[in-house]
Amino acid sequence: MLDPAAFVHRPGSVRAEHLSAALPAFALAVMLGIIFWIQPRALSYFGINLLLNLSVPLILAAMAQMLIISLGDIDLSIGSFVGFVTCVVAVFLASAPLLAAAILLAAIGVYAGTAMLIFYRSLPSIVVTLGMSFVWLGLSLLILPSPGGLAPDWLTGLLDAKPPLLPLPVWIAVLAAACGHWAVMRSSYGVVLRGAGANPKAVARSGWSLVRVRVVVYAAAGCLAVLAGIVLSAITTSGDPNVAPAYTLLSIGAVILGGGSFTGGIISPVGVVIGAMTFSLAASLLSFLQLPPVWQTGAQGAILFLVLAGRVLVQGRKP
Amino acid sequence: MQSTASSLFRVSTRRTPLLGAALALAALLALQASPARAEDGVAKADTSQKRIGFSNSYAGNSFRQVMVKSWQDVATQARKDRLIGDSPVVSANNSVTEQAAHIQNMILQGYDAIVILAASDTALNGVVKQACDAGIVVVSFAGIVTQPCAYQVNYDWASYGKQEIDYVAQRLKGKGNLLEIRGIAGDSTDRDISAGIHKALKNYPDLKIVGMVYGQWTAAVAQKEVAGLIPSLPQVDAVVDQGGDGYGAARAFEASGRPMPIIVMGNRQDELAWWKQQHTQKQYETFSISATPSISQVAFWVAQQILAGRKVPKYVEVPLLRIDARDRDAWLADTPAGGVANPFYTQGLVVSIIDANAHRKPLPAIPAPK
Repeated sequence: MLDPAAFVHRPGSVRAEHLSAALPAFALAVMLGIIFWIQPRALSYFGINLLLNLSVPLILAAMAQMLIISLGDIDLSIGSFVGFVTCVVAVFLASAPLLAAAILLAAIGVYAGTAMLIFYRSLPSIVVTLGMSFVWLGLSLLILPSPGGLAPDWLTGLLDAKPPLLPLPVWIAVLAAACGHWAVMRSSYGVVLRGAGANPKAVARSGWSLVRVRVVVYAAAGCLAVLAGIVLSAITTSGDPNVAPAYTLLSIGAVILGGGSFTGGIISPVGVVIGAMTFSLAASLLSFLQLPPVWQTGAQGAILFLVLAGRVLVQGRKP
Repeated sequence: MQSTASSLFRVSTRRTPLLGAALALAALLALQASPARAEDGVAKADTSQKRIGFSNSYAGNSFRQVMVKSWQDVATQARKDRLIGDSPVVSANNSVTEQAAHIQNMILQGYDAIVILAASDTALNGVVKQACDAGIVVVSFAGIVTQPCAYQVNYDWASYGKQEIDYVAQRLKGKGNLLEIRGIAGDSTDRDISAGIHKALKNYPDLKIVGMVYGQWTAAVAQKEVAGLIPSLPQVDAVVDQGGDGYGAARAFEASGRPMPIIVMGNRQDELAWWKQQHTQKQYETFSISATPSISQVAFWVAQQILAGRKVPKYVEVPLLRIDARDRDAWLADTPAGGVANPFYTQGLVVSIIDANAHRKPLPAIPAPK
């Protein structure tokens, strides 16, 4: 059944759509503005680099989460998976690079396998990935019982690169947004991907193999999450099973903040990148404002709630 | 108290981030302009305009809250005395990435020193290196970081166990049965205190550990665990523990009707109060020892002294607070119900701790409150 209202052009709806897309960007700009106003020193190549380099792994993790959410699924294992990757990098990458690569490839394979399990057994992804989060945490603890290890020097050096014009984190964010936008919104496969989330039956009827689409998407998400872990271990120079449990909820938050929706098929890669940056800057903003420590955690939530509420108000629909 | 011990002291060979020549030059000039480094005693260079940021990994339990409050108290006092500019606290929610971001912000805000209670002893090494490269003094305490450019302020947990065994051996003339109460399984502090106990026991072949329970540093858990074990034990002459569990053990022995062993106390208000009451009734004797949340104040003064030009060793060991019978009532009067004895570390006291560390001399005792 088609909803006839969908064909009625409501004046202003397009503008609302644009407004809601611009809102996270606006929030990000306001945050940056306040930080630069409090601390003009931050408005420099070095300052922006320091301010944003921790948002890079979160951007990559949020992109991975975006792919899963676009299928109408949700990945609760991404935080502990990123932690697992940092452990593999810190323990094996310097001494046995081939072994490290093999483990990470196998981990991506497990992601693809998870997609099959969810599809063939019709299991809810939320339960399967919650189970997987404990699997990854357990494996991390086997590899690295207490935080430590050392990321190889070439990797930390890579993240210390000083590209021209803009600091590395900005380049990565722009690149991630551009690639994501092309792959998901512009390429023909992106259409199929979004269709598989929004209307899987129609996609199956037009001859696409649903299970293949889902396996490819999960594997791609696994790749992005591996990248997130590699970048994070380069920044922290070490591995830690519990380095990023917060990434699970922050990545989901970034997808929703950036205009995505749990119903599947509705996502915005550019919005996700901006959402992830907003999340990682929220904490920084509070420390620049020098709020008393007891208020900080709650205030972080309040900032995000405000941005989200603003989006719902502008859009007039539930995220 | 989450303290992480790691044997991975390693030198990371990251390339120095490009700070802009200006910053490096400024640091260099500041170094040139600082007065001749004082060898001993209080360094007096003007630090009234200097700023120290405190990055705390977690503020969600009572120990940490007292620790943050101790920092704020000493910072307020030091600002009144024109010894420091401003020294705010930023707490992360036990998340390494969040804390790393906080430290990066402090680098941007141009703090002269950053004091860190770390969520992980290795994962902050990257940002700590960035701070050192920016010419910032980094002091980590209790939850230390292993990056070699940072100063470490910490307890020697093994000495905790040694002082317990030495006292008990002297009281029992080297012969008797001991019950050991441990903290939380898998915790590094628990491991280090217990290792200190067992190492010290090697000097007294006639002291035997006849039982062991995990009391989780809380009276209620210790009471339950000890009560469950007592029936299977021979006579217990002394209880060695880790603090917070002494009162619970005492209650368990009271209920069992057995003779009261020497229970080492851990500076908690309930432990000191019980000890005082037993002493008035039955001439009961023991001693009390523990870490103090106000170790944050030691880290504060260490940072202030480095900024003032004092030469400080990279590792500063802090004395545990030991309370003997003569000071018991003074500490008890000074400790709120439900709290733990928490001395106020003055600049003079911390400088004498630094001096003792610099010359490898015995650490000074912490004076009782007046």
